[in-house]
Amino acid sequence: MEYLAIIIASIFVNNIVLAQFLGICPFLGVSSKVETSLGMGAAVTFVMAISSIAAYLIQYYVLEPLGIGFLQTIAFILVIAALVQMVEIILKKMSPALYQALGIFLPLITTNCAVLGVAILLVQKEYNLLESVTFAVSTAIGFTLAMVLFAGLRERLELADLPKAMKGVPVALLTAGILAMAFMGFSGLV
Amino acid sequence: MTNLQVFTKGFVKENPTFALLLGMCPTLGTTTSSINGMSMGLATMFVLILSNIVISVIKNVIPDKVRIPAFIVVIATLVTLLQLFMEAYVPAIYETLGVFIPLIVVNCIILGRAEAFASKNSIFKSALDGAGIGIGFTISLTLLGTVREFLGSASVFGYKIEALQPYGMLVFVLAPGAFIALGYLMVLFNKATAKIR
Amino acid sequence: MKSSLKNMVMVLFLITLICSAAIGGIYELTKDPIDAAKQAKTTAAISEVLPSFDRVENPEVKDVDGDKMKIYKAVTGNEITGYAIETFSKKGFGGTIRIMVGFKPDGTICGTSVISHSETPGLGDKIDKSKSDFSRQFEGKNPATFRLGVKKDGAGDVDAITASTISSRAFTDAVKRAYEEMKSYIK
Repeated sequence: MEYLAIIIASIFVNNIVLAQFLGICPFLGVSSKVETSLGMGAAVTFVMAISSIAAYLIQYYVLEPLGIGFLQTIAFILVIAALVQMVEIILKKMSPALYQALGIFLPLITTNCAVLGVAILLVQKEYNLLESVTFAVSTAIGFTLAMVLFAGLRERLELADLPKAMKGVPVALLTAGILAMAFMGFSGLV
Repeated sequence: MTNLQVFTKGFVKENPTFALLLGMCPTLGTTTSSINGMSMGLATMFVLILSNIVISVIKNVIPDKVRIPAFIVVIATLVTLLQLFMEAYVPAIYETLGVFIPLIVVNCIILGRAEAFASKNSIFKSALDGAGIGIGFTISLTLLGTVREFLGSASVFGYKIEALQPYGMLVFVLAPGAFIALGYLMVLFNKATAKIR
Repeated sequence: MKSSLKNMVMVLFLITLICSAAIGGIYELTKDPIDAAKQAKTTAAISEVLPSFDRVENPEVKDVDGDKMKIYKAVTGNEITGYAIETFSKKGFGGTIRIMVGFKPDGTICGTSVISHSETPGLGDKIDKSKSDFSRQFEGKNPATFRLGVKKDGAGDVDAITASTISSRAFTDAVKRAYEEMKSYIK
């Protein structure tokens, strides 16, 4: 039950983009086509899963035993950056097909605040390892869901005849607002 | 560019929120009230000015290939220092802003200014640039925070407007209101600056 | 500057060294103020939920449900005049809610104070005294006769905050936990 609650809460109720405002940059930047947003979502899911494990291990096996919890931010960001690089190199060697699909998104992920945000949040929420991974993966699924839904809406928006001042980001933000409102309907679930 | 231009360009012409569309996460996430928006803006400005200064000082001794990692370490350090100071001296604000303080590290504005400006300009100019962009960011966040607080809880900077209390539209304090308020502010900004830009 | 393996390693090493030294230094410097700020918050919360007292004894810490509860005894002269209990509930809408509840020795609730929460601003955050009078309904009630449960659920006498039943339920849950902990503590 505990895990189910985490999954539902982080996909729908506390959706990382629409309720917690993390990962807005790719949300607004990459989500103009459904296909690219799926790719981005997959890459984020992959990195988030790995980085949550890394963050967990660093926090509880390095930072806390040494009493240097105050180095958390700096340690997490460096590890995530290194990890993304590593994933990129490994993917290139092991699975060129997957690299083709995810490769262009990987460098963008280092500065995606959702990844660092999840790493910090899972420590704050005092999750254990399995809960952390569940939390990270379902948050990433929530991210993908929001991206894909939003991309679908934006593909239609392209065709709309809008006043000049509203074109592009402003109308995208308004649409995101309405989508966020729809997601608020999930709030009774947990 | 004259020093004055370096300083003032961040207010409107290169306003990080409305013109460059950078740093959207804290912009949306922390602006539930004027005070919260302003605190986030000031915190970011603090890091921005210092990181611009430090990076401008060390720009000549950093090998090109490790430029970005070096910048990130510097920025993360400054953010951690900020975190410690805020926890010690303004714990209430530290708690309200929560996870968005460590996330200043990945705010694209800061790395962007380091890369585009501080790594190429003198220390003084970099500091001016950081202050200018920082002020622009603070103004935008305070503005968005004030709009949301006024519409959502019928108060401004924490002062309740009694006559309007029953008309507060809660949705503006919640997540959807953030997107909608920013969207409309951006429309106004685009309209107002269509001529100058 | 041109990059070579040697200067890259050197520079990165130096930067990380200087940076971590700086953080370590500032950490030592701010450690006491941070502790003081936390301590001040606890003391403020205790004096908020209890009538006047001379001193507070060191808290007794208990592990409950994978979290910690702290029991502070307030003493006037030689007499125990109240208990302040730092309690929590994990049933909050946005996560764990931590509150301080003050009891008279007979179990009557003197007051409550929210320590930390992540409830929705404008809705669930009304559990905070500064935002609404919700938490005031607990004051002066004795849980022996005042049933700690939300009226709407048919489980007790607490009026929930409109549109924030989950937060109200969690707050009530935390108070109840504190009451039970206190009862077993005095026995």
